Amino acid sequence: MEKAAGAGGRWIIGCNYRGGMAKLDISTTEGELRMALGGRLDADGVAPIWQQARAALDRNRALPVRVEAAGVDYCDGAGLAFLVDLRRHPRQGGAAVEIQGLPERFRRLLDQFDPAAFRSAPAARQAGEGIFASIGRSAAALGLDLKSQVAFVGEAGRALALALRHPRQVRWRDTLAVAEAAGVNALPIVTLVAFILGVIIAYQSALTMRQFGAEVYVADLIGISMVRELAPLMTAILLAGRSGAAFAAEIATMRVNEEIDALSTFGFDPVPFLVLPRVLAAMVVTPVLAVYADGISILGGAVTLRLFQVPLVTFYNEVFSWVQMHDLLGGLFKCLVFGLVIAGIGCLRGLQTGNGAVAVGISTTRAVVSALVLIVVVDGAFAVVYYHLGI
Amino acid sequence: MSGPLISVQGLAVGFGGQPLLEGIGFEVEQGQVLVIIGESGCGKTLLLKNMIGLYRPLAGRVLIAGTDLAASEGDQRRAVQRKFGVAYQSGALFGSMSLLDNVRLPLEEYTRLDDAAIELVARLKLSQVGLLGSEAKMPAELSGGMQKRAAIARAMALDPAILFLDEPSAGLDPVTAAGIDQLILQLSDAQGITFVVVTHELASIFAIADRAVMLDREARGIIAAGKPEDLRDHSPHPRVARFFHREAAP
Repeated sequence: MEKAAGAGGRWIIGCNYRGGMAKLDISTTEGELRMALGGRLDADGVAPIWQQARAALDRNRALPVRVEAAGVDYCDGAGLAFLVDLRRHPRQGGAAVEIQGLPERFRRLLDQFDPAAFRSAPAARQAGEGIFASIGRSAAALGLDLKSQVAFVGEAGRALALALRHPRQVRWRDTLAVAEAAGVNALPIVTLVAFILGVIIAYQSALTMRQFGAEVYVADLIGISMVRELAPLMTAILLAGRSGAAFAAEIATMRVNEEIDALSTFGFDPVPFLVLPRVLAAMVVTPVLAVYADGISILGGAVTLRLFQVPLVTFYNEVFSWVQMHDLLGGLFKCLVFGLVIAGIGCLRGLQTGNGAVAVGISTTRAVVSALVLIVVVDGAFAVVYYHLGI
Repeated sequence: MSGPLISVQGLAVGFGGQPLLEGIGFEVEQGQVLVIIGESGCGKTLLLKNMIGLYRPLAGRVLIAGTDLAASEGDQRRAVQRKFGVAYQSGALFGSMSLLDNVRLPLEEYTRLDDAAIELVARLKLSQVGLLGSEAKMPAELSGGMQKRAAIARAMALDPAILFLDEPSAGLDPVTAAGIDQLILQLSDAQGITFVVVTHELASIFAIADRAVMLDREARGIIAAGKPEDLRDHSPHPRVARFFHREAAP
């Protein structure tokens, strides 16, 4: 950029940037502000001269402005914006901004913009509301969400009951596909997490128990804690992150693409059509995965205890003398409920989706968060119930 | 610059190594409006996506201002990409941003204009497509037609030399569609912008096109090229005549 002060308060500002060139020559003579424009008015050209022009207008608010634009040989959208900016500038006492000599083809483009329309700031989104309004809004949303969850439980329960009465109407092919995606394909990650969980818990407990010479009881600890509590919980958390999110994202995308609307207009209720296969599949798959996780994590414990000189036979005997059938069944029944809750909430969040890609993300997040919260709540409830039942 | 602005040479495009179109060749001069026509599923959008470098052609090349986009990388590729703007079929607006921010984004990244200037440029673009006053709206709050128009405004943000429009007026009411035709003519006339437009709309083809290129699925290539009026009145090919006279296939 070059900048040279000429005679009589005259400024010539030129710019040569990547081949683009715009010239601005500002002078104040005979009670008017004169701006001579020339060259290429494109984004690269007007960027350096824009501020000078604006500053000159601000300094001489009362003077009429004459813009001589005969020297302009190219003008694109950025150049037009520059000219509109000159025209919309607030002047005192009706002093006008007049643009002269602009080549006809650019003139036509410029005249399609009414400078007055751009004087006001663009419409903004509504400003943030007060704290009470936002508390009220959140509370109302929470209440509505609770209501929709209750309604959804009702609908899903009705669909389940119908499925029991008319098993032929269930979409078994979909159910099988979901069971494969959510169950069979989850085996590698369940194996990994279960095995490592078994190893870690066995190792940490054995370190302490060795001080009392009681390493062998780690086997009981692993058996009971895994079968009753940890394996079902871990399976449920993995399922929520893997499949609950997938259900929500899939159904949410269907909602965004109007596929749910298409189902409805065909007379298909989305709950039996989309939700039921997923819920049934999850209810079958979660206990099976949990049994598998039980085995793998106990195996991990056994391998670890070998390092502490506990023979496999001893480990086996300890585990199977302590872990009772009701421990296993109690854990598995919990898994059945976990599967129901995870799939149900995933589908519900998917169905509640708004519009656009952002909404899909929000639904998926909400599905996983709600599933995790519900898992913990359900697990707590089971702990109380099992305690009172003496299981 | 001498020579055509866009030159397509011996292009073959398709999926999974299986060509849908072969031996495609045409040129677009600076300031021309070229429309790509053809029945649904003949590969118009696919050809467009190969021309803008989203897909790599199976054979042949596309030169934009003399540069092969598919063979260039880094700064050279970005320099070519800045020469054109694209409005996608479904709008493809960024859903997490308001309309104004959608148009502002490329200006903020690629120009040295200050904030107020960028805002004004973006608002002018929106007013050109008739969306002044909707700046704060989110894409999800707009009708399909408004989304399309906003997509055109965003494609024009950097005042590219070439605009690729994928079905800009499909699904719009006739008044809005005519407005978009008018906008295309005005921009090509006054600013010398070159257009490559994929469209089905007969009225729009006759209104805007300097040249039309008609693709065909069975011939797997171009079956007609020229002024739309000539294609309508003088083409010996029955499928071309059917297209222009809006007749059902026998």
